[in-house]
Amino acid sequence: MEKYNIVIIGGGPAGLAAASAAYDEGERSILILERDKELGGILNQCIHNGFGLHTFKEELTGPEYAKRFSDQVAEKKIEYRLNTMVMDISPDRMVTAMNRTDGLFTVQAGAVILAMGCRERSRGALNIPGYRPAGIYSAGTAQRLVNIEGYMPGREVVILGSGDIGLIMARRMTLEGAKVKVVAELMPYSGGLKRNIVQCLDDYGIPLKLSHTVVDIQGKDRVTGVTIAEVDSSNKPVPGTEEFYSCDTLLLSVGLLPENELSKTAGVALSRITNGPTVNEQLETSVDGIFACGNVLHVHDLVDYVSEEAAMAGRNAARFVREGRISDRSRELPIHVEGGPRYTVPCTIDPARIPEQLTVRFRVGSVMKNRYVSVYLDGERVLRRRRQIMAPGEMEELVFKKSMFEAHPDLQNITIRVEEA
Amino acid sequence: MEVRNLICINCPMGCPLEVTLDGGEVVSVTGNTCPRGAEYGRKEVTNPTRIVTSSVLVAHALNGEKTVSCKTRTDIPKGRIFDVVKALKGITVEAPVHIGDVILPDAAGTGVPVVATKEIL
Ligand SMILES: Cc1cc2nc3c(=O)[nH]c(=O)nc-3n(C[C@H](O)[C@H](O)[C@H](O)COP(=O)(O)OP(=O)(O)OC[C@H]3O[C@@H](n4cnc5c(N)ncnc54)[C@H](O)[C@@H]3O)c2cc1C
Ligand code: SF4
Repeated sequence: MEKYNIVIIGGGPAGLAAASAAYDEGERSILILERDKELGGILNQCIHNGFGLHTFKEELTGPEYAKRFSDQVAEKKIEYRLNTMVMDISPDRMVTAMNRTDGLFTVQAGAVILAMGCRERSRGALNIPGYRPAGIYSAGTAQRLVNIEGYMPGREVVILGSGDIGLIMARRMTLEGAKVKVVAELMPYSGGLKRNIVQCLDDYGIPLKLSHTVVDIQGKDRVTGVTIAEVDSSNKPVPGTEEFYSCDTLLLSVGLLPENELSKTAGVALSRITNGPTVNEQLETSVDGIFACGNVLHVHDLVDYVSEEAAMAGRNAARFVREGRISDRSRELPIHVEGGPRYTVPCTIDPARIPEQLTVRFRVGSVMKNRYVSVYLDGERVLRRRRQIMAPGEMEELVFKKSMFEAHPDLQNITIRVEEA
Repeated sequence: MEVRNLICINCPMGCPLEVTLDGGEVVSVTGNTCPRGAEYGRKEVTNPTRIVTSSVLVAHALNGEKTVSCKTRTDIPKGRIFDVVKALKGITVEAPVHIGDVILPDAAGTGVPVVATKEIL
């Protein structure tokens, strides 16, 4: 059986950054397994610009950003296998994968880094009545069709959901000559980034209807139109608010789900909120030596943060291989949240292992204005940051410093609390 | 004095900007996290521009890719976006293509070239 010190599942931006950082930490026995025919992950179909401004001080498109990282992997001569689907990971880190050249093969890994990204929520989860005519696509599928296959899926488009992919596709299809009639969003706020509302909808006069949903899809063989209605505070359509839009295409951009089928086979505990693994401050899952980063851990809007997080997972995996466990898990304290945040990544911190600086990321459950985000250690406030506005569509972060913890040697409780300012 | 509230679109941080104008002249931009935001705010109220991204067909690619993605090398006036996209229609480039290769030297008379953003061998 083959042996590698680190096996990375997924060659998207997370997997690539993790590999590169593990190499910089001195690790040379690294293998990346990627099911696609090229490295770069979802970025290959994100041909719009706006990636990596903070990492490279340059505004790159998705493929350009991906190339920066795949070049690093090539320079460092890190091994990778394309067209290789990972089928199973065991709790003792045996990775089973399959490709045309090697057939089914197993690799024993010293450490595993999960970097499988996420997939789109599908129509089945949506419960829209009516037939199942052609012309209904997830926004990501449409993105692949237009940007990679060079094929326009339709001419008159309605988009359900205001996730970033849907917004980006509203602009892309408009530029390609389609008429995007409306974007309907169930929630009273957009699921996408503000910048995408501005540059993808406002720039082209595409209306965004918040608190609206699709209540009916017309057409038997192909979509001929959809009916949209306003919803009340319990998300029920309000009678009398129905509006009909004729269209041949309905795009669904209703959210992303971390892709954790493999994590489950490894026995990794998942968060019911993020659908990603629960991790400690090392970004290590509940299974020793299995780390997670990128969209498989929690859905990111900003690839720069994916790269940063993944580099940390890479470094920690290399340290795990070299040193083994640094302390037992009994000192891992959960980060409690109050007043708004729905979850944090990491979920737990061992104060003894905290690095000089640790970035803790979270999302809030609703739009909140003018708040303080505070960190309390055993009831004492050690950090307070003001936020004008926080929204579920935008990830928040706090930087924990080692010095904050040094004054609390017998720490029992870590809480992040959002308070009225 | 006129105040315009904008969202900086230069990166996904989406900083809320407040641009103050006096007789059409920008006197201040606040709310930006980095210098690019100030520049964006200034431009957006005087001469709004955008980078345009698209893709064109590619022939004889080693891995069978059908398209190569591209962008205007720098931003172009917002009013010219559709002209640039139209100018790219019907273009087919020959593989190999490298990042930065010029696909169209002068996009719709904007003086800005369209360059490839992906390597296709
Ligand atoms: C449409 C869209 C637009 C975006 N726009 C922006 C933007 O403007 N700016 C910005 O900064 N960020 C943006 N993002 C966010 C950013 O692109 C993502 O957060 C980032 O790509 C996530 O990286 P990842 O490596 O975790 O996942 P991915 O890129 O999804 O990579 C995961 C990889 O794992 C592979 N994989 C999965 N399962 C297996 C398996 N079983 N075996 C082998 N391989 C497997 C997949 O094939 C894939 O290559 C956007 C994201 C999307 C989807
Ligand atoms: S001001 Fe700077 S940090 Fe803020 S959105 Fe603009 S480019 Fe990004």
